Amino acid sequence: MKHTISVLVENEFGVLTRVAGLFSGRGFNIESLSVAPTLDPSTSRMTIVTRGDEQILEQITKQLNKLIDTIKVIDFTGQDYIEREMALIKVTAEEETRAEVLRIVDIFRAKVVDVTPRSYTVEITGAPAKVDAIVELLRPMGIKELVRSGPVVLGRGSKGWKGAE
Amino acid sequence: MKKTGSQILLECLQLEGVDTIFGYPGGTVINIYNDLMDYPIKHVLTRHEQGAVHAADGYARATGKVGVAIATSGPGATNTITGIATAYMDSIPLVVITGQVPTPLIGNDAFQEADIIGITRPVTKHNYLVKDVKDLARILKQAFYIARTGRPGPVVVDLPKDVQMATTKFEYPETVEIRGYKPTYSGNLRQIEKAVKMILAAKKPVIYVGGGVTLSDASTELLSFAETIQTPVTTTLMAMASFPRNNPLSLGMLGMHGTYYANMAVTHTDLLIAVGARFDDRVTGRIATFAPHAKIIHIDIDPTSIKKNVRVDLPIVGDLKDVLGKMVLKLAEHGDEAKQLVATLDPWRKEIEGWKTEHPMSYQPSDRIIKPQFVIEKLRELSNDDAIITTEVGQHQMWTAQFFEFRQPRTFLTSGGLGTMGYGLPAALGAQAAFPERQVIDISGDGSFQMNSQELATLVQYRLPVKIAILNNNFLGMVRQWQQLFFDKRYSQTCLELPIDFVKLAEAYGATGLKATRPDEVEEVIKKAFATAGPVIMEFKVAREENVLPMVPAGAGLNEMVLAS
Repeated sequence: MKHTISVLVENEFGVLTRVAGLFSGRGFNIESLSVAPTLDPSTSRMTIVTRGDEQILEQITKQLNKLIDTIKVIDFTGQDYIEREMALIKVTAEEETRAEVLRIVDIFRAKVVDVTPRSYTVEITGAPAKVDAIVELLRPMGIKELVRSGPVVLGRGSKGWKGAE
Repeated sequence: MKKTGSQILLECLQLEGVDTIFGYPGGTVINIYNDLMDYPIKHVLTRHEQGAVHAADGYARATGKVGVAIATSGPGATNTITGIATAYMDSIPLVVITGQVPTPLIGNDAFQEADIIGITRPVTKHNYLVKDVKDLARILKQAFYIARTGRPGPVVVDLPKDVQMATTKFEYPETVEIRGYKPTYSGNLRQIEKAVKMILAAKKPVIYVGGGVTLSDASTELLSFAETIQTPVTTTLMAMASFPRNNPLSLGMLGMHGTYYANMAVTHTDLLIAVGARFDDRVTGRIATFAPHAKIIHIDIDPTSIKKNVRVDLPIVGDLKDVLGKMVLKLAEHGDEAKQLVATLDPWRKEIEGWKTEHPMSYQPSDRIIKPQFVIEKLRELSNDDAIITTEVGQHQMWTAQFFEFRQPRTFLTSGGLGTMGYGLPAALGAQAAFPERQVIDISGDGSFQMNSQELATLVQYRLPVKIAILNNNFLGMVRQWQQLFFDKRYSQTCLELPIDFVKLAEAYGATGLKATRPDEVEEVIKKAFATAGPVIMEFKVAREENVLPMVPAGAGLNEMVLAS
């Protein structure tokens, strides 16, 4: 089962390796990982998507908590949260497909952020499923290059995660 | 007044109460060694950096204090890895200081450069590269704090040469504040209450004890807990000395080479109370048949240990001293029920007695060849109760665990988790440095001994009177045993054909060498060794193809023991 975990860590060199090493050293898989500093520059927030049964996830969250540099861990699975991912897609756009690409971009409320006579680069933000969907629709046009940020998540509601401003 | 980084390091060591360190000098720690001459810290120069770390580890296990080792960058630092990993697997508090090339050269493949922070990350509790001398005091304070608190472990501090030479105002922080590190010491009372209810309802309880009891210095609490509920206690290799083997409640060791009755008790128990143990595969055998009828209470300071390998019905996170203390108090509140329980458990204790009678720990004695188990028994008989025993890894280690009958905590130092051959001699060195007056005995095999035999020189140089008992069978005995039992006696590369003259080896280093080849010489050799000042090697030519039994084959259940060859 897929799990999305937020980890608040010390913003220090080597922390990313500690987290990545924890996964690789125990045979756990990281599906995606995004990381950047929070409002407080001394902390970073990671969003990790991983898969595993309940027991593995319990180990993962406990092991993450065990790292000295980890301040907080939340597994968002089963909670109400907003999940957003961004993708940049360089898609072939020649005579016969240019209009179709634009139509798809429009339907998805995506944006064209770079144009050449033979391609569009599309920026899309949304839940990972939405990104999957536009990728599938653009695939027949010919995707030259694709980069996805991996999702970031935030719990719904007015309450903030203390210490993670 | 300003101090250099290397002075700050030594000041911090003093403030942490460190009296003895183990190490080996080199180019990137030369400043530290220069300043060391001005500080009243005893330094033991080992003959290999691995020996230094094992010695610090032995010191830590024997004293309960944080062990400190120091090594230079590059090869010095990489030589410490096995020592660090050994300590990590057994949760031993160490601070290992490594020199590093000057910060501007880091990453340049400089002479004697190794990314020791990267290399030690998976085998340390935490590690630090000090980039600014202003951070050094804080980092050292944190390193010692992290090493000894919570579930203890080794911490590496990598100290570049330019940071050692840079100066700053020295201020040692009085407190430690690490926002991501707050170990739980106090056991939850509601969970403890639940545990007591489960205990009072049990018919066949067993207490399964691991190394945590030693780390938490909770042997007294354990004894009082076990005696209150008159429940049998089985210990892991790491916990052999934390519960007196001569106590009627002791079942000895469980697991692969555990006693028949301990393994049978665990197989039939209806309530397994795991105390500072981690359900290692050598303990559980096949998980599916491990304690199949039992509810499991698991007490541990490290939440990651709980539910890692086995299902747990009631977890209690906390320091064992605290939790066991509270359990005893709670049980006292239920005084009548506890008394009732003791009576209820009578048939259970009788059942266990039956298993004990059926298959006691034994071996086939001989008056012709020296049986290794006989040597262990004799060593026990002739040594003091507070003698500190170290071992290497292999058959001799298991025989020691099975036959030595430990009585006092922190008297058995052995590499349980990593299983490091070559651990025992330097660990004995460290323990003897901590307790110059006590008997320290390294029980060794001829294979393991040769992995760190260079430390004989250290023993002689520092007049550390460690007694070394080598059970010499000219085999890598444990692997040979597996080959005999599971590989049709195809002894591939396990026969150490070159006969080493260990007596001459001892003499070459300026130690004493003694040798016994017949059973009737054993006692005499041991007595003579104990009466000799300074380090002594006792070489015992033992039965070559003796096996460690009982044995649970790898992957089998605890009730599927091989009892005889």
